[in-house]
Parts: sequence; C-alpha cells; structure tokens
Amino acid sequence: MTNYIGKAVKRVEDKRFITGKGRYTDDIVLPGMTHAYIVRSPYAHARILSVDTSAAEAMEGVVKVFTGKDIAESGINGIPTGWQVNFKNGDTMKEPPHPLLVSDKARYMGDAVAVVIAESREIARDAGDRVEVEYEELPAVADAKKATEAGAPLVHDDAPNNLCFDWELGNPKAEVNEAMSKAHHITTLEFVNQRVIPNAIEPRSAIGHFEESSDKYTLYTTSQNPHLTRLLMCAFVLGIPEHKVRVVAPDVGGGFGSKIFHYAEEALVIWCSQRLKRPVKWTADRSEAFMTDAHGRDHVSKAEMGFDQNGKIVGLRVKTYANLGAYLSTFAPCVPTWLHGTLLQGLYTTPKINVDVTGVFTHTVMVDAYRGAGRPEATYLLERLMDTAALEMKMDPVELRRKNFIPAFDGVTQPGYQTQVALQYDSGNYHGVLDRALEMVGYEKFRKEQEQARKDGKLLGIGFSTYIEACGIAPSAVVGALGARAGLYEVGQVRVQPTGKVSVYTGSHSHGQGHETTFAQVVADRLGIPMDDVEIIHGDSESVAFGMGTYGSRSLAVGGSAIVKSLDKIIEKGAKIAAHKLEASEEDLEFAEGKWTVKGTDKSVGFGDVALTAYVPHNYPAGLEPGLDFSSFYDPANFTYPFGAHVAIVEVDQETGKVRLKRFIAVDDVGNVINPMIVDGQIHGGLAQGIGQALLEGAVYDENGQLINGSYMDYTMPRADDLPSFEIDRQVTPCPHNPLGVKGAGEAGTIGSTPAVVNAVMDALSPFGIKNLEMPLTPERVWRAMNS
Amino acid sequence: MAKKIQVTVNGKAYSHDVDPRTLLVQYLRDVLGLTGTHVGCDTSNCGACTILVDGQAVKSCTLLAVQADGSEVKTIEGMADNGTLHPLQEGFREEHGLQCGFCTPGMIMASADLLERNPNPTEHEIREALEGNFCRCTGYHNIVKSVQYAAKKISKQEKVA
Repeated sequence: MTNYIGKAVKRVEDKRFITGKGRYTDDIVLPGMTHAYIVRSPYAHARILSVDTSAAEAMEGVVKVFTGKDIAESGINGIPTGWQVNFKNGDTMKEPPHPLLVSDKARYMGDAVAVVIAESREIARDAGDRVEVEYEELPAVADAKKATEAGAPLVHDDAPNNLCFDWELGNPKAEVNEAMSKAHHITTLEFVNQRVIPNAIEPRSAIGHFEESSDKYTLYTTSQNPHLTRLLMCAFVLGIPEHKVRVVAPDVGGGFGSKIFHYAEEALVIWCSQRLKRPVKWTADRSEAFMTDAHGRDHVSKAEMGFDQNGKIVGLRVKTYANLGAYLSTFAPCVPTWLHGTLLQGLYTTPKINVDVTGVFTHTVMVDAYRGAGRPEATYLLERLMDTAALEMKMDPVELRRKNFIPAFDGVTQPGYQTQVALQYDSGNYHGVLDRALEMVGYEKFRKEQEQARKDGKLLGIGFSTYIEACGIAPSAVVGALGARAGLYEVGQVRVQPTGKVSVYTGSHSHGQGHETTFAQVVADRLGIPMDDVEIIHGDSESVAFGMGTYGSRSLAVGGSAIVKSLDKIIEKGAKIAAHKLEASEEDLEFAEGKWTVKGTDKSVGFGDVALTAYVPHNYPAGLEPGLDFSSFYDPANFTYPFGAHVAIVEVDQETGKVRLKRFIAVDDVGNVINPMIVDGQIHGGLAQGIGQALLEGAVYDENGQLINGSYMDYTMPRADDLPSFEIDRQVTPCPHNPLGVKGAGEAGTIGSTPAVVNAVMDALSPFGIKNLEMPLTPERVWRAMNS
Repeated sequence: MAKKIQVTVNGKAYSHDVDPRTLLVQYLRDVLGLTGTHVGCDTSNCGACTILVDGQAVKSCTLLAVQADGSEVKTIEGMADNGTLHPLQEGFREEHGLQCGFCTPGMIMASADLLERNPNPTEHEIREALEGNFCRCTGYHNIVKSVQYAAKKISKQEKVA
C-alpha cells in the first residue's frame, strides 16, 4: 500500500490535462468581465509627445482607456526589484522607476503606453489601433557593451553610461593576476552568451477582479510565484492592503523562469478593475509575449584560464557585461552576479578566481532568470574553456577534467568543499558521473570511429560538459546578506482531516513539475497511508498560508522539506494521542505503516483512528490541544549542489553547415529521487532548452532596438525533429542538509547541455582550425566559418 | 454581419450566429466553452490549438468558424469514449508525455491524425509528424514514447477486434 518514494508513480494531475479539463488563466471567464488591450511603443526609445484616446473611447463597446498620465497622476508606484547589488565603491545600484504605463518616454520596443478596456478582446484590439500616440523617436542601444561606451544613448538620465552596478567576487585581482602570470598556458575566449526567449507555450495572462461589496481583490495570473506577486503588488506598487487581496495561479502552462516575476500587467488589471468595478482580463498574444516576457542570458564575457605545465588550473579571470534590459525585473540584479560569479569554481580545484561583472541598462525588454539563471552562463564559460584548453594543450578533454576535479566528499563524514567564490558545496562525486557517461558513450570506440570518419571526409565531433549548480534556493540569512529583499524559505502545511484524509498546502507552485504527485508520494510514505488519501493544494494565496514559489530547482528541496517538517509534527502529536489510546508511554511506541505500535507487541492504533480522536477529543490526553494540523517554515541551511556529466556527439554537414545532434548522453546527480519518471522528464526538458540555445535560439535586436525575430515564424524553437531521444542515467549522492536528501532537477539539463553541444561542434570543426563560434550554431554561421 | 453556422462538435450538433472574423478556436473556447483547445501563438506555428476537422488535424487558429460550417469537429474533450481514455490519452499519461499540459491537447490531436494515416510510425516519422507542435517542457522524448505506446495499444485492440 505504501512505499511510494523512489517509484515512477504516474502523475495525479495528468487526468485533467489529457482530457482538456486543465484550468489555465485564460480559460477563466467571470461575470461582467471586460478585456484589456495594451498599446505598446513600436520604438525602442522615444519621447511620448501626446496620446489622444478620443477616437478609441468613442467606439461602441469601449469601456475606458487609461494612459501613462492617468497612472502617473494616481500616485501609485512602479514595479520594484527584489534584489540589490551595489557598486564596488559602495554606491547604491541604479534603480530607475518602472511605471505600469509610461507617460514621458518609451524605453524598449513594447513598453506600455496605454490600456484599452472593452467588452470584448476584439473591440479592445480594434480600439487600441485607434489610440493616437505621437512619438519622437530617439537613438537606442541594445548591446550591453556598446551601451557603456561614451556617447551611447542613455536609457535613464540618472544612470550615467547606462551602468546599474559593477561588482566583483573571488580572490583579489592582484592575486589572480599573480597566479596567471606564472601560468604555463593561458586559454582565452571571448563569448556572447546570447539572449534567449523563454517561450512557455502558454502566453502570460492576468485577470483583475475587484469586488466593491467586500472591498476585496482577486488576481488570477500565470505565475510561478503567487504569494510574492501579491506582496510586491500590494506593498510596493498599488499600496492596497495585502489581506484584501487573493492571488491565484491556477494551472500554468510552463514558466522556465519567465513567470517568476511580478509584471506590470498584473498590477494594471487590478488597478483598472478597482476603477471600473468590473473584472478585467488581459492575455498576451505571442508577439506580445516575445516583446514583453523577461528574456534570459545576454552576457558578453572575456574569460581566461591559466594552467601549469601538467594541466592543473592555476587561475581564472572573468569579465562580464550583463544586459539587464530597460528596467530591473524581480531578480535581475542577482542573476549575472550571485547566480553566475559564484558558480565559476565549477567542479575544479582552481585556486584563484576573480569575476568582475558590469550590469547595464539597454533599450530592450527586461532580462531576468531563465531556466538555470546565471549558472548556465558560468558553466558555458568554464566548459568551453576546458575543451578549448585541452585542444590548445593537446590533451584529452576528459583527462584535463579528471586532473582538476575536486575529489569526492559526502558532506557528512567529510566536510563540504569551500570554493573561492563564496559557496560551500554540500556533497559530490564528480569522477563518478563522468566515468558513467564515458561508459555510455563508448569513448575509446568513438574516438576510433571519429578518426576513421575524418579520413572519410565526415565531420564528427564529441563535446563534454561537467557541471555543478547551486540550487534549492536558498538560506534566507545568506541571500539577505547578498542583497535579497526577501527570505527564500518555503511553507508547508499538513492538515489531517477528521477521517484521516490529508490536505497539504504548499507555497511551491507546479507549472509542469508534478508537485501533486511527488509531494503526495512523500506525504503518503511518511504517514503510511495511500496516495489517494492525500491532496496537494498550491497556487492560491487564500488557502496556502504563504510561499516563495517555484524556481531555482527549489520545490522539493525547500518546499518538500517544509512539508516533511509538518509531517514530523503530525507524527509527534499523533504519538501522544496514540499513547493515550494504547495506555502506553510514548517512548514505547513506534510509528510505521500508518500505525503506532507498542514495541514488541501486536497492540497498535491506526492513523485514521488517531486523526478522528484528535477531532473528537472525548477520551484525550490532558493538556493536549485538539486537532491535527501543522504548518512549518523551512529555511534551508545551504544551497544544494547537483552536478553531472553531459556528452554530445554531432555530425556537421560540410555542404550545408547543418549540425546534426546524433547522440546526447547525460548522467546527472540530483541527490535522492522521489519519482524517477518525473526527474527524467525534468532532465529531458532541460536538455532540449540547453540544446536549443546552442543550435537554434537567440533573440535578435537590430541597432535601433527592434526585436526582429519576435514570432515563432522567426525565432527558432526546438521542434521534435531537431532532437534525438536522449540517453540518460543517474548517480545518487544525497544532499546532507535537507531531510529528503534531494538536490533539485529542474535546471540541470539546461545548465550542462549547452557547452557540451558547442564543444562537440568545435571538435567536429577542429580540422578547419575553428576554435570558437558564437551561438546559436546555425547552418549559416557554421558554413561561413568553414568557408572563410 | 453575423453568419449562422452549423457544426457538430464531439458528436453534438450546434447552431450559432458568429461574427465572420471569429476564428474556429475562439468559437470553440468562447462560445462552446471548450477550453481544452489552447492558443499558444498568433502565427499558426505552435500547434496548441490542433483539433480534428472531418477527421483531419487542423490548427483551429487558421480556420474561421464560418469555414467550419457543416463540418464534424473533434476536440480533446471528445477523445475519451464514455470515460475510457483514448489510447493516446493513456499513452501520454503512461509515458509521462506531458508536464505543464498546455501543448498536450494539440499534441494528442496531431498524433491522432498521424496514427490514422500511419498506424505504426517509426520514431523519425513521429518526430516529423509532430514538428508543427511545440512543447517546451518535455524535450519531445516522452512524447515520442507516448505515441509509440498508443500505436501499440491500438494495433493490439484491432487484433482483438
């Protein structure tokens, strides 16, 4: 009946999705609902000279048009950011206002200028076309490095050189320079880690519903993070009392980071609803999503890695320009700094590391966390450096890694590994994952095949990536010291009903991760009851006490641990009730298989019996409160550190430059696994996104700040026939500091895969003397490189 | 302005006056309340709105409702037979072919069309047939397995029959 942990239990949530009964935000229809259409700037940078709404407002079916002037006059605030990263000299970072609708200037293509509210979506859109906005187009800058150059157009007048912050981490530069000066060999690469667009298949949507009779607000929104959205929107933007606001994130069609953040449209539909006393729905169309969803990556870096004559790394120096977009999104400042710089130790014993990051405003949409967030960028630098260094030093890339790996440690009998860049790794066995991956590849055999293929004129390549990530985000005191303006604990409530059925409320949010299954497995196992007796509730601020949402592979490690804490309290209190019923002492009881048994006897009382007694406390322990319902906050002691080894095998078509990914092997160690089927699925999806960045995807802004590939016609999403079936396996090194021993699996695939693919293509192209190409490795780019 | 249409959706006959510019997907979602069919893009690329019109997979955002006049339409809500899941629905669940579920109805409908034309497709044929349907969650790996599961199950059922 029990023993669910570790089993590939089929997902509980699937039934509604496969029958078309999911309930996504845009599916929700409220009585009297109106529809919003947002008028957006077609220019990346323009002064707004006038906005004339009269023609739009005269149209039948139009309820109201609001402009940036209305927002400015209402006295509400703009969208805040949740993280502060200061300048090296201690000056506060630049944090320019981000109004819900702009009134003076548009600062990116898609900046919101006005909102039309109408009786139907179509009328709203038609009327939107009749809002007359007079713009004075101004010069724009979309590239982060160019934006810092003298004379570059300014995004915000009070941010000179478009600088938001500059920041560094690791050993002092002088120490790193000293180490590098003694290096036998230095590998230097300059990279663009291109901007990618998250592209959850469900576009963002929000419904604001103000009910005058109760003075209450409800926001339905496509969010990974409903409670934080409520807090930011109420306390920082609209100034409405938090207890009067309910935020519901119902079924959400994928997020990948892009739905973590509090967006202007969420506050806008609430603000409009409050004024119009009617529900207001806004749903992005895909073009709008391309323009206005926060994008990911967009770093320009120079990285240098020094080696001694034996191939041991002696130092690493990294300079990065990070594009933050026109305004600061919720986590934007922390992504290129604390989520990027801290990962530059990788799996290696590098003794001296310095990373220097400049955060830059540009006339582009906001950049924030996208699957992996900072860690893929760091891994890309390190792993491209490793394969390139191996090539330059004529070493095998596998041997070079082995020489530099941190030795295995379990974090229990052996201490964690203290890096040069602020983190302490929890547990790891890096040789193990690489050995297993090589076995799956058949490495020696492959090298022979490759040699033969080259003789036959075929371009076959193999690429490696051995990565680590810091996730299970995060210890509140640590992140607080690093600039976070929120705690990053999680909340888990376990309510045992009088009949012994169990309702679990989690502040985590599932938008594909399968919490309703995985969390139920944990609860059913711990309580020794059938999974059918457990219901997982998430995504509604009115039923779930509080939460910090789902991102940073934190759901199970942090959210699951909060539930376990509550389960422990349930079992502890249950034991008191059981002891009373059994007329035994608590110490003589053991809890297993859903019952408390007096040790060494067959006297026992079941979970359901104890639950009923807790709610019908007629014969009950003196002084004990009735009820069986506990809530817990879990604040992790450390980040968790999954790691793995990824190997790509590609063939490049010399005629066309097309890269065919022939095989992809991934061995990941994400700690203990509750549901292997779901973990595998997370890895698969992560791989596809990482491979997509390597070969297919990339946002393209022209010199005027126009997003020129903002549709599925132009932005190359990975399709079924772009990818092979993946070959994956797992190693298990438990996390030593959380009760489930889990590390997190959501981002691993994306972090590891990108450099493996690019390394493989570079290996295939090595006969041409090509060492570095920018992503995505499109046929054109590869063909040109081969033919230049 | 409005034009009368008659369509059969999931075996049920409907007659409505619709605005000529109403897309079939809007008709299904907004008029019939069949919200299992999703809208993921505005360029007919993503496939989230795929349904069957007279047995053929169609992206319902590429068709006006008036063009469906007189047609037989099947959506995800019509796939199960009296509570018994269609082998594709079962396959997607058994093989974990979905995560967020947003692309799933379109995937299932496009796969239904494939299996109708090609009851025993190879992996390559499945991947090619589904290239008009985006999934951002699964990397397609388990979607391929889901379709293979359904193909096997259907061929077994046919043998028994």
